[in-house]
Amino acid sequence: MRVEKIAGGGEFATLELPLFTEAVAAGFPSPAGDYREAGLDLNELCVANPAATYFVRAQGDSMRDVGIFPGDVLVVDRSLQVRHGDVVIVALNGELAVKTLELRPQVRLVAQNSAYAPIVVPEEAQLEIFGVVTNVIHTLRRA
Amino acid sequence: MTVYALVDCNNFYVSCERLFQPALCGVPVVVLSNNDGCIVARSAEAKALGIAMGTPLFKVRELLRRHRVRVFSSNYALYGDISARVMATLEQLAPRVEIYSIDEAFLDISAICAGDAVAVGRRIAATVYRHVGVPVSVGIAPTKTLAKLANNAAKRQPDSGGVVDLRDAAARLRLLEITDVGEVWGVGRRTAEKLRGRGIVSAAQLARLDRATARRYPVTLARTVRELNGVECIAMDDAPAPQRQMVCSRSFARRIDEREALRQAVCEFASRIAARLRRQQQCAGALQVFIRTSAFGDSDRCYANAATAALDTPGNDSRVIMGLATRLFEQLWRGGYAYAKAGVIASDLVAQQRVQPGLFDAVDTPPRSAALMHAIDTINDGGRGRVWFGSQRPERDWFMRRANVSAAYTTRWDSLPLVK
Repeated sequence: MRVEKIAGGGEFATLELPLFTEAVAAGFPSPAGDYREAGLDLNELCVANPAATYFVRAQGDSMRDVGIFPGDVLVVDRSLQVRHGDVVIVALNGELAVKTLELRPQVRLVAQNSAYAPIVVPEEAQLEIFGVVTNVIHTLRRA
Repeated sequence: MTVYALVDCNNFYVSCERLFQPALCGVPVVVLSNNDGCIVARSAEAKALGIAMGTPLFKVRELLRRHRVRVFSSNYALYGDISARVMATLEQLAPRVEIYSIDEAFLDISAICAGDAVAVGRRIAATVYRHVGVPVSVGIAPTKTLAKLANNAAKRQPDSGGVVDLRDAAARLRLLEITDVGEVWGVGRRTAEKLRGRGIVSAAQLARLDRATARRYPVTLARTVRELNGVECIAMDDAPAPQRQMVCSRSFARRIDEREALRQAVCEFASRIAARLRRQQQCAGALQVFIRTSAFGDSDRCYANAATAALDTPGNDSRVIMGLATRLFEQLWRGGYAYAKAGVIASDLVAQQRVQPGLFDAVDTPPRSAALMHAIDTINDGGRGRVWFGSQRPERDWFMRRANVSAAYTTRWDSLPLVK
């Protein structure tokens, strides 16, 4: 795989320098000076509505086949309307669980690992959905 | 006419605890105050057991055990974060929001409730629940005082669906008739007792109080009477009033009778106040230190005292604040008592950039002081350890008893809720 650097991200040690507080004595000011942009913020990519976004941590391997591994951080947006096929956080037997939600042909909570059987949700049951998982943060190089 | 909506979270601390522990839904839950002293929040199931607000824990321990009530210590990191989410969501829903406390806010919904205010209230409640996860009740009325009453009614009447609209005068009167005068916002306990002594028992009777009689009570009562009649007297504060004072105090889990230990605790409070002042870019004009023995009178030797002094120049330098706190403490200290609580209060707060240097201040000190304080704050806020002054006593377990505190689910990476 070819990797191309598209932009710097993350934290930098900051060194505060006064920028153009006085007249520049010699030479030309850089024409790019006015166009300096702020760095990219991962929140912009992962968090659409901060007040409605929670982070949770995955345990176990029941969602392995969609790329959720033990220890991964899941970004959960409560404000989204749930749709058929969403990966959701749901209250199950008094605990929070991550499952794929199927609405058709019947309501089911499906693990993404053949070792786990799908759970059929009876029509009269009240399904308490905590929120929709929008991103998975999987760290490749653990400290 | 302004239309106010008071949005108040239901059993807020309990709702926060339930958010990440679904097993707590439908069972009785209570949350304790600082130091696990008293019950400060109850789920509906706990209220049904007859557990009153503010009950000391030791009085109901047996009842809690018998009914398997789930008991939590206050988790302020969690409640503060959820509160900020509720307020941010409300600000998306209404053009003007005044945060009134950690779990309630006044909204001016005049511009968005053309026609059906109840529908707007329902939408607000549904959106807060869906986005943040805590249930809220909404009281709608032409004045803040009535909005408060409407909210109480919304909480109490299950058939209201969590929203009560008191804009209609007849609906208002019906509610006022069945509301105790002591429940009215702005009527203090002593005023309520005086009113009852004169036969004014219900909110409706208070609403009919004539101006001459109202003059015999605190000046704010006349305003409350007008508000009960739908005349707006307490306007929306666009910006919340700037904080006038800042308090840092704790009850000690174990009594302190040693001078040095108590002095260190006071210095710790002073240093926290100083750090908080700097975070908000404010300076304190005056400082108060108080120390006291237990208020519950479990020892026969009681002592409580406070000392206040002004700073030469309003400031937020830890060294200045701690130095003054130490001097005040030395004035207060009496040996031979078992101290249960101490605290530091900063008052006469002014914005940092508006502080006038004193005549005799060395002009070169402020930048160096600011640099030192900035370095301290950077280290302490970085989460990798802490630096403190020699006179300070860093927080230890004796500071606060929090036996059953839940995780800081939303504010620490190592405490995230786990999902299977």
